[in-house]
Amino acid sequence: MKQLSIFIENKSGTLLNILNVMKNAEIQIIASMVADTQDFGIYRVVCDNPDKAYSVLKNEGMVVTMSEVFAIVLEDKPGEAANVISVLTEGGISISYIYSFLVSGKGILVFRTSDTELTKKIIKEKGLHEFA
Amino acid sequence: MDVKSPYLHPEYETLSREEISKLQTERLRETFEHCKNVPFYAQKFKEMNLSVEDINSPEDVRKLPFTTKQDLRDTYPFGLAAVPLEKCVRLHSSSGTTGNPTVILHTQRDLDEWANQVARNLWMVGLRPSDVFQNSSGYGMFTGGLGFQYGAERLGMLTVPAAAGNSLRQIKFMKDFGTTAVHAVPSYLTRLYEVMQEQGVDPRKDTKLRVFAIGAEPHSEEQRKRIEDMFGVKAYNSFGMSEMCGPGVGFECQEQNGLHFWEDYYIVEIVDPDTLEPVPDGEIGELVLTSLRREAMPLIRYRTRDLTRVLGRTCPCGRNHVRLDRMKGRSDDMMVLRGVNIFPIQIEKILMQFSELASNYLITLTTDNDNDNMTVEVELAEMMDDYARLQSLTKAVTRALKDEILLTPIVKLVSKGSLPVSEGKAVRVVDKRKVYQ
Repeated sequence: MKQLSIFIENKSGTLLNILNVMKNAEIQIIASMVADTQDFGIYRVVCDNPDKAYSVLKNEGMVVTMSEVFAIVLEDKPGEAANVISVLTEGGISISYIYSFLVSGKGILVFRTSDTELTKKIIKEKGLHEFA
Repeated sequence: MDVKSPYLHPEYETLSREEISKLQTERLRETFEHCKNVPFYAQKFKEMNLSVEDINSPEDVRKLPFTTKQDLRDTYPFGLAAVPLEKCVRLHSSSGTTGNPTVILHTQRDLDEWANQVARNLWMVGLRPSDVFQNSSGYGMFTGGLGFQYGAERLGMLTVPAAAGNSLRQIKFMKDFGTTAVHAVPSYLTRLYEVMQEQGVDPRKDTKLRVFAIGAEPHSEEQRKRIEDMFGVKAYNSFGMSEMCGPGVGFECQEQNGLHFWEDYYIVEIVDPDTLEPVPDGEIGELVLTSLRREAMPLIRYRTRDLTRVLGRTCPCGRNHVRLDRMKGRSDDMMVLRGVNIFPIQIEKILMQFSELASNYLITLTTDNDNDNMTVEVELAEMMDDYARLQSLTKAVTRALKDEILLTPIVKLVSKGSLPVSEGKAVRVVDKRKVYQ
């Protein structure tokens, strides 16, 4: 799944500025995440039209990159996230960052790992359900 | 040496204005003749059709050509020597941050007279052979080390070449050796006080400190007062520049009302940096100095780029040597931070080596808790979905800048377009330090 990462400075109005750019381009945000940091942050966004979002943000002079992240659909029951992560951990993968959101009652786990190729392989082997 | 006399060199220090003028005329004529040994000057004198007969007062210095730092670079290393190299005994050099370094040569007589000037200054602020002088200044090429060393020894003090840094050892020396006087950059004294507090040392009770010589970095009157109040020690402002010898050129007397510039050694002019015409007393302009006693490398009308003004030409201390205000800034874009000279171009050069960075940047100088700091904000050009990489980029930029300017700046990545872009020439430096206000 494509994710946008936008450089944001830790000052008032920065986030709103980005959101307005997306709003004016009629892009719907599905999930987003930013951790609190000192001077700068990375605003990570999953949206309905990442290619368009990337170009409008770029045109507005934002420092942005688009990258592939993993998105796994979880069954609606306790322990699902643990199951997915344990499969990866056993395969020797470590998680760089992770967040989640809900779509139509299904939990979606978004993450990036230390080894993209190996992660792909494990996901395929173990038959994990990727969100499209 | 009469330890009761307020003057080390009464025959020069207490000259009347007329006597100073007469001496300067004589010495300017000597300097003019001596400069003919330098092809650079001989050529200019010839082009301008100048002869020694044109010099009949100190004001006639205005007929002579200016000398700039660029001239020193262009003639690197020995092009401005007025004596054969075998007559020279010392060389000092600047860091050469923006091109060739500048080299300053000294004969033995130059070193002697330099030591005399520093000794005169230290005597002026009440130091005597019974004092213990700790020189907590950088040694090596930086003239503040050897300059004060030789001057303090010339006065006859027990002199401790402690050099800069290692605060615990500095404090131990002060206590163990009974140090009464210290030379240091002002920010370092503030740092020393912090360490003293951490160590439970009370400078008023645990040391015999009574005089500080401070200089080599711009500081405000408030900073001086704060240092004096912290330690209970009088702090006197020192001015020097390697081109004229080093420290010793100007120094405050006990009135602490401007620095006496020694007119038996220099002709002082304050000019408008644009028109190069003299400005009236009291008005700020660029300090221009002509050396009158330098043997190895006399300099005529040297443009210091420092901005200051004349406060007066008499003083209750009995010295009629011109009094100049503390330096008010620079007429070029050089920054002086913690005694280090830095040009924005140095910062720019480093930033441009990082392809992840955009070309827009802003340098901000601030005073935080008495320490001068530099913050470099630079726009990010290339995004990475990785905090670790952004942080290591910040660290790599910080390290590269430190290697270049020898100080550690605070580096901040900012988004594109977030720095002010002015019309025409971009504003690269914002100096928020209180010094120049």
